[in-house]
Amino acid sequence: MIDKKFIGHEFEPFSTTIEKGRLKFFAKAIGETNPIYFNEEAAKAEGHKSVLAPPTFPFTLSLESDDPFPVVTALKLEIGRILHGSQDFEYFAPIYAGDEITVSSKIVDIFDKKGGALEFVALQYSFTNQDDELVATSTNTLVYRNG
Amino acid sequence: MTDIQIGSEIPALELAPISRYTLALFAGASGDHNPIHIDSDFAKAAGMPDVFAHGMLSMAYLGRMLTNWQPQAKLKKFSNKFAAITQLQDVVTCSGKVVELLEQEGKILARCEIQAAKASGEQTLVGEALVEV
Repeated sequence: MIDKKFIGHEFEPFSTTIEKGRLKFFAKAIGETNPIYFNEEAAKAEGHKSVLAPPTFPFTLSLESDDPFPVVTALKLEIGRILHGSQDFEYFAPIYAGDEITVSSKIVDIFDKKGGALEFVALQYSFTNQDDELVATSTNTLVYRNG
Repeated sequence: MTDIQIGSEIPALELAPISRYTLALFAGASGDHNPIHIDSDFAKAAGMPDVFAHGMLSMAYLGRMLTNWQPQAKLKKFSNKFAAITQLQDVVTCSGKVVELLEQEGKILARCEIQAAKASGEQTLVGEALVEV
């Protein structure tokens, strides 16, 4: 069983710069066809500062620390037993290529279902840009398969 | 944007069948290098029939559907549960509709039920978006 003492555990915040090429690669990977997500001129023509990060991109930012899955390390989980249970985003301002985003995260809950056959870890994230503006928050729940 | 009413449907987005190539690209681009999505040997050793799609790939498809419909700046909240695993060759279709109009801090928001589903009709992602009208 995952030790519930980790509820409230905060991970080391980190900062990452949004690279234009990374957004272009992400847009290609999800089949995005709107050029504001991969072409700077097109983004600017629509009034954007630069290439726009799409709605789920904060999840990718959360994986940009030196250890991409610090929760797996902290809780000594086997990555092959993890499923994604749920994901929520709330948006306050856009994220653009060139922005430097600081990601803070913590474990907000650990619980189990089906007599411990499935365990759940809920994580909360905040994303703040170089102007100290909170641009997004998210929560996600990981499902851990036991046996 | 007065054309958004209760019952308004979000134009659906049908995707190409999920391939190993799709998953390899998404692993690299998203930074989610969990081998369960890209290494069949690893996936089978972990008790799965084969590699399977990242939940966040389908959520990104839902995001495409939403931003095809309305500018991203209108999107205030976006959430879903991952209800079923998306396997190789599954054809995912994203759809949604407005179910409620609500007022929050002087703004009108459309609450939309959204989903991703396989060709069989099985829902893979079930969620909600709040979009400013």
